[in-house]
Amino acid sequence: MSQTPQLLFKNRKAGETVFMPEYRASGGYQGLEKALRTMTPQDIRELVKAAGLRGRGGAGFPTGVKWGFFPADAPGVKYLVCNCDEMEPGTYKDGVLLQADPHQLVEGMILSAFALQTQVGYIFIRYAYERQASNLRKAISEATAAGYLGKNILGSGFDFELHVHGSAGRYILGEETALLNGLEGIRPNPRLKPPFPATRGLFGRPTTVNNVETLANIPHIVMGGAQWFKDLAMTTDGSGTKLFGLSGHLNCTECFELPVGIPLREVIETYGQGMWRNKQFKACLPGGASTPYLTGEHLDVPLDFGTLEKVGSRFGTAGVTAFDEDTCMVAATLNLIRFFARESCGWCTPCRDGLNLVKWLLEQFESGTGTSDHLLMLKEQLRNISGNSFCALAEGAMGPVAGLLAHFEQEIVDHIDQGRCPFHR
Amino acid sequence: MKEIITTDALLDAQQLGDFVRHAGEIEHPRELIVDVLRAIQTRYGWVPDEGVELTASILGLTAIEVEEIATFYDKIFRRPVGRVTMHLCDSICCWSRGGEEIAAHLKKILGIEFGQTTDDGLFTLLPSCCLGCCGIAPALMIDQQFYGPLTVEMVDELIATLRRERSV
Repeated sequence: MSQTPQLLFKNRKAGETVFMPEYRASGGYQGLEKALRTMTPQDIRELVKAAGLRGRGGAGFPTGVKWGFFPADAPGVKYLVCNCDEMEPGTYKDGVLLQADPHQLVEGMILSAFALQTQVGYIFIRYAYERQASNLRKAISEATAAGYLGKNILGSGFDFELHVHGSAGRYILGEETALLNGLEGIRPNPRLKPPFPATRGLFGRPTTVNNVETLANIPHIVMGGAQWFKDLAMTTDGSGTKLFGLSGHLNCTECFELPVGIPLREVIETYGQGMWRNKQFKACLPGGASTPYLTGEHLDVPLDFGTLEKVGSRFGTAGVTAFDEDTCMVAATLNLIRFFARESCGWCTPCRDGLNLVKWLLEQFESGTGTSDHLLMLKEQLRNISGNSFCALAEGAMGPVAGLLAHFEQEIVDHIDQGRCPFHR
Repeated sequence: MKEIITTDALLDAQQLGDFVRHAGEIEHPRELIVDVLRAIQTRYGWVPDEGVELTASILGLTAIEVEEIATFYDKIFRRPVGRVTMHLCDSICCWSRGGEEIAAHLKKILGIEFGQTTDDGLFTLLPSCCLGCCGIAPALMIDQQFYGPLTVEMVDELIATLRRERSV
């Protein structure tokens, strides 16, 4: 159905996982062979920067710029870590990718390790993704047998070993410094930054942490070039394709590889096949649970980092969760805040206590006991929490609250005025 | 009297030997904490105090260094659970597709609340954050297998099957 060139989902077949023979037959590991024979580490870093790849894990930081901070030429052990702790509600694309084609991540990591001159890599993978972890272990052993991992890879003199680290739950591990603590076997509260992981990361050594989809894009950029990658996007300053995981009140809740910059309407109508049970579109989370809502007025907005920032939201992980006209946005936001409050690691006060206060306030509205003072308190908490927490968890948690206040304040007022949830029966 | 839990009940000899050898080979044995705890839980069902102590002794750590990890992760159980632990997603996508009705139905037919175990020791029901099953919502996870999109009828069938297959 999709007209988009398929890079990451090129080999995807329902219910199947592609391993070495098919991966190689589809052009797999040609990027690695090309890079090791004809490119320097710096060439790859510059190529990735020129391609405009932005991190696919939610924050959207330009990968080439992040790599630019990395002391690739420093002596001693350095680490490359893949963040596969995909637990942001509404986000399941990395899971789908690793069920379909795990070698893309392995090749992407070897290429990235060469670019950054790191000798050891870890894939940090969430507890629920045991099937994906097992796919990766198999892919790693196949790649080792083929000479793509280990000592003196393809005769280049470059060594790289890769390990899979299974986790045991908790959303906070997706925060990169909490993840590094988790990998080390230390209680996984986030670390104070600076120092950033590029300076002092895993076991105190220089470390880069990148998302699965980000790393899986690297072989394609090496093969296709920077301009080709940029041209895949529908926006002029965007680049590449993006895995969109659809969910919520859509007829089709699947994961698609689509161009960066595709308008929201096309995602909802063409790929989501319209709203479930013939209802009207009311709102959506454009990129996971921590992104402010979009509404019907945003249907023609291109889904890209810059364009969504302009309308007060974020591209995030491109997990699009749609809500129909019957959805109470206070109740939806309460569900989201309950998630974040429960997943808070408890380290800092704005997150540990602030999110619980926000949860309590939303519960007052939803149960019909909210007052206009509660609404004022909610607005105060948005100012108090956002920008004041130790890590990005609470900041993200307040995204939907900001969206609620920006687009649906009248719904809160209706709850207060009627002394009940207007959407219940 | 407190039951005596032997090392063999927690890890078999092969696993124990592998962990001890692996810990001796790597620079930072502490990175294996979650691996050892998960292995103990898979064999024993949950992680008793003896499991924390065993992990500490394999990795050359103190029990408290292991305990602060064991108590952080929600998929490590420091209390007994049923033979079938059900993680029901209560995040936004499952919520939007009727997750609350599925939760209410499960609680009703099992006669337990979230966090409780049935009297026969068969089922524990736990709420879970997003399982990555947003496309098949509402969903639940048992033994790292996923079930969804759930309906009340599917839940009834699943519970009946599990009662048949997993009762002692």
